[in-house]
This record gives sequence, C-alpha cells and structure tokens, in this order.
Amino acid sequence: MPELDLVSKGMTTCQGCAMELIARAALEVLGPKTITMTPPSCSAIITGNGDETGWGIPCVQTVLMSLPAFASGVSEALKIQGKNDVKVMGYAGDGGTFDIGFQALSGAIERGHKAIYICCNNEAYMNTGGQRSSATTIGATTKTTPTGKKEVSKNIDFMLLHTPLAYQATASVGDIRDFKRKVAKAAEKDGPCFIHVMSPCPSGWKYPTDQTIAIAKKAIRSGMWLLWERENGKITINRKPADFDAIPEYLHSQKRFSRLDDETTEKIIAEARTRYQTLLKLSELELN
Amino acid sequence: MGVIKALDGNAAIAHGVMRSKVQLVAAYPITPQTPIVETIASLIDKKEYEATYITAESEHSALSAIIGAASTGVRTFTASASHGLALMHELTGTCSASRLPAVMAVVSRAIPGPMALWCDHSDIMTQRDQGWIQLFAKSPQEALDFTMIAYRVSEDERVLTPTMVDIDGFYCSHLTERVDVPSEEEAEKFIGDFKVVNAHLDTDMPYAMNNLTSPGIFTEIKRSQDLGMRAASGVLDERFEEFGNVFGRRYSRIICDDVEDAETVVVCMGSMSGTAKHVVKQLRASGKKVGVCRIVAFRPFPSRELSGVLRGVRNVAVIDRVSAMGSFGPLYEEVLAAMNYGRIGANAYSFVAGLGGRDIWEQTIEDVIAKAEELGARGETCQAPIWIDLKEEKVVYNA
Repeated sequence: MPELDLVSKGMTTCQGCAMELIARAALEVLGPKTITMTPPSCSAIITGNGDETGWGIPCVQTVLMSLPAFASGVSEALKIQGKNDVKVMGYAGDGGTFDIGFQALSGAIERGHKAIYICCNNEAYMNTGGQRSSATTIGATTKTTPTGKKEVSKNIDFMLLHTPLAYQATASVGDIRDFKRKVAKAAEKDGPCFIHVMSPCPSGWKYPTDQTIAIAKKAIRSGMWLLWERENGKITINRKPADFDAIPEYLHSQKRFSRLDDETTEKIIAEARTRYQTLLKLSELELN
Repeated sequence: MGVIKALDGNAAIAHGVMRSKVQLVAAYPITPQTPIVETIASLIDKKEYEATYITAESEHSALSAIIGAASTGVRTFTASASHGLALMHELTGTCSASRLPAVMAVVSRAIPGPMALWCDHSDIMTQRDQGWIQLFAKSPQEALDFTMIAYRVSEDERVLTPTMVDIDGFYCSHLTERVDVPSEEEAEKFIGDFKVVNAHLDTDMPYAMNNLTSPGIFTEIKRSQDLGMRAASGVLDERFEEFGNVFGRRYSRIICDDVEDAETVVVCMGSMSGTAKHVVKQLRASGKKVGVCRIVAFRPFPSRELSGVLRGVRNVAVIDRVSAMGSFGPLYEEVLAAMNYGRIGANAYSFVAGLGGRDIWEQTIEDVIAKAEELGARGETCQAPIWIDLKEEKVVYNA
C-alpha cells in the first residue's frame, strides 16, 4: 500500500458502489503525480461537492460531452510545462463514454494525447436515477425501459479496435489485481490508453449491496464480461470464460432482469458466445 | 519597430496571437473564421511560431481543451463563429466561472436559421451574459491590437475573466488593410510571459476545480465573477493607455466622433461604425448636428461613459446588428440602461439593420438618422424596433 490514501475514506457513493474501489485501485498504481477529471456523473461524486473533494490529487469536473477534450488540453499543457512525469486520468461512466462523450473520445484518441481514460461501466445513467444507455444489456429494466431494453448494447471495445490507442483493455472490479496490472501498463505508454471496467451498480441493477464483487465475478466466469487487452497490434485474452451456461445465474442475480423472457435470455447467451468467438479470431490477427 | 504588412482581419488576429506568445491554441474551422486557425497552424508548422496546436474535432472540444490547458496554467487561444460559438455555449460559462484568462476571437456570422454564412451579431450576442469581456474591433489593426490587450486585461489579477475579441465576418475578417505588426521585441514591451495567479491543476498543490456548488455559495461566486468583470473597465482603461504609450495607437472603451453639441447621436458597434463615422462627417459638413458613438467594450458595458456622452443629446439612434424577436435589440437595451444611469431624457430609437450579411450603406445610416429625427420631432416614443433596411414586399404576414 502507498503511504498516501489518494481517495478519501467515507465517500458519498452509494453503498456497494464499485466505482470508489476502482478509483482507489487506479491511484494506488498511478500515485500522487496524477491529475484527474470527471464529467457530471456518478464519478463526479468523488470530485465532490462544495469545498469537499474525495480526490487527494488535482481534479476538475468537466462537462459531460467532452472529458477527453479537457484531458487533451491538460495533457498538452503539461508537456509545455515540461511536467512529463505527471499522468492524466479521465474517469467517466458509460454515458459520458459510449454516448454523449463518444465524439470527444474518438477525437482525443485520434490526436494521440497522452492520457488514460477509465470508463466505469455501470450500464445506465445511474447518477440521474437509472435511465438506459447504449451500454445497457438487452432486456434490462431501467427508468426509461420499464419493460426491458429492446436493443443490444453497443460494443465500444470492438468499435475502438480500429483507433490508434497506445493501449486498450477491459477490466473488472471482480479482478482488481488484473485491473491494477493494466493501469500500470497504461501508465508506461506515451499515448492515449483506454481501460473499460465493469462496475456493477446495486442501486440500478437491484441486487443486495454486498454482492457487487460476486456479481462482477459471475460476469467474468460466464463470459458476460471478457477480460482482454490490445497492445502493439495484438489482442491478448486474459481469461477464458469458464461456462456460458452460467449466464442465466448472472442474470437472475439482478432484479433488473426480472422481466427477461426465455427468448431474450437465449439471445444474450448466444451473443456472449459470438463475442468471445470473435475475440478469439481477432486475437490470432496482427491488428496494426 | 514593427513591420507593415497587408493583412485581413483574420490574419491580423493570428499575428496578434503569435505576438501575445500564446502557448496553446485549440480550434475548429468555421467560415468566416477559418483563415485565423489556418494561419496559426501554418505559422506553427513552418516553425515561425512555437506553440502547441490542438486540431479539435469540434468547437465544443476545442473550448474544452482550452479550459483543460488554461486550468493547467498555460496561455491559450481559440476562435469561432456562428454555429461553432453556439456549440461552445456550454463551455463559455465553465471557462469564465473557473476564472480562466483565455482569449477567443469571434468572427461574427449570423446564427441560422435560415442557413447563412454572412455577418451579423446574433452569434456573439448569445454570449453576452456568459461572463466574458467582449471587445468589438472594426479594422484588422484593431483586431491585432485588441487581441494583445485582451491577454493583459484577462490575466490581470483584479479581473481573471476571459475575453472575446469580435470582428465582423467578411467586412473585417476578409478585408485587407495596412497593419502595423509589432516585432517580437516591441511586443515584449507590452505582453510579458504568462503567470498563473489563481487555482490551477498542479500536483504540488491539489485543488478541485469547477466542483458542484450549493445554493449556499453559488450566488457569492457569481457576484465575485461580476466584480472581476466590472473591474475590467478600469483595467481596460489602464491597458489602452499603456498600449498607446508603447505603440502609439490609442483606444478607449467607447470611441466617439462629432458628439459635442450633437442633437442626434448614432450608437453602434463593429464594422458599420466606419460607415457611420463617414456619414456623420458628411452631414456635419452640410450643417447637421449629428455624431456617432461606437461601443468598443460591450462587456463590461461603459454605462457611465456613454451616459456622459449622451447628456444634452436630443435623439439617440441605436443600431443593433441582430433582431431580438418580440423585444428590443441588446445594444438598445444597454443604451437605455446607460441613459437611466445618467438620468438622460433623450428620445431613444431602436434600429435593426445588416442581418445575415446585408450591407449597411451610407444611405442606411442616413435613413436611421432621418427616421430618428423625424420621430423625435413628433415626440414619439420607440414602440418597437425599426427594421430600417427591410424589403417590405418580401415579408410574409401570417396574421
């Protein structure tokens, strides 16, 4: 453990929220010479309210649409100042990354600014009370999809395969050691890095607050969440899904899937298999 | 000494940015502003100017990057117009409330619809209450000079408020004139290096910036910002004087011609003020007591100075290059507030002209003056803005 606790204890995140743990783990790796930014979202809870902040490092609340562009400016300003040892960490949710912030993300990656974008995916706009995002799994109920979402989620990781990221990875709060290893790798890169972290949400997914890690682990085990990374044109799968047939168990552990019919469940399982098969094939290729 | 160059308004601003030793530029092209960013990018690319240029993928991201960089403590610049400025709207408030001394050139172009490429002030007027100092230049030389002055004012510890330097799309942006471009050494006498004086992103002294703010303190933060903006009036006066001493070119927040003993005064901004000045000179030659008052600083608005100028005037004709549908133009409303400030009882008339790039001719100004005098002589109040250059036969009446 480092000497300084860079994320304050007693955050006002919801009970059982994974995001605080992910932030803490990230800063254990990156250390105090890091500047962070959050958009208005659940992650902004860490940035704080009034004269209180949860970060022990410099932080700024950006607007929702353009966190990666803010990061571009910070990153280049640090270069101008010769502060090459200071890291820039964007810390956003799926709304600010998949949806309203996607254009800014694509621009910042293409321009190649040195920064680490961490997307804590809790699969909906949870900070405004739980409305669907393009990251919401099909069939899940949210405040804007009360009978279950009709569309499959956007596969942002595959979309980003053809962008010049210096490092790309998926991670999960269900495997913090793997996440920290990935943050450490990103910290070494001189370009844009993207780490997409599964962050189960007891408030929105509707499960008991002590089950966050268990649910994240179920997602990894069942292949609902794949752990992999892309570096130097090569995809590496970090963990082979143990059992796709465990997907229904993952789904049934959350009340947001209580309206799921058999057909949609089958569709979710089939898609998880296809996603993994596609990734397997991609892992055999040189991508650059 | 400086070098005399033939530059248009856009190129003049680019040179002003270079001479202001801006460290980071982030921008997105949009007509009629594009040549500014092209010129800057090209100067950097050819290594005539050392700075970082971020080719943002939108205006929204451009100003976001500027806020990020300014928050980290470097001198920044961006430029935009019309749709682009509208897209930046969310960020202009963030930038000013974070007390970041950024400078933006606005090359005024109508905000559609209908779609339009040409000049009016509907773009910058949407920004009038976003907490930016707003300076309206009328010529390429002023565009360059105001850019340099803007940095000194915005960065002043008493102000810490960003500035928009506005030029009229095409009328100034694409008008080539003789411009005295200060040499690096000459500019150095005025501009100096950027020093961060307020909270910024620094790992040696961590701050949380732009945090969620409760009703318990939001009002006081906005009032502090307002005081910074108000302090800019005096700081602008100081810097205009200092600039004049160094470069010999004198400016002030309002610039008046022929207003002494004038019975009718035209109040306007931007490129049309050159035409107005010309018309007023001609009318004076034929014995008419007319004058013109150009507002250079629209924010902070020079209410006291303007009310001083308008004392004893019979008719005030205010030309807005924007229509405030259902109400009166923003410049007119400012003039009324200034008149109330000084208890000036003149007749004040609101005119709308030059929308979407419609030229403002000598005749347009003559018509404005004649109309104001006619209404004034009849003792009529201003019940609605007068669309002075309207083609009446083309207007659709639905009622």
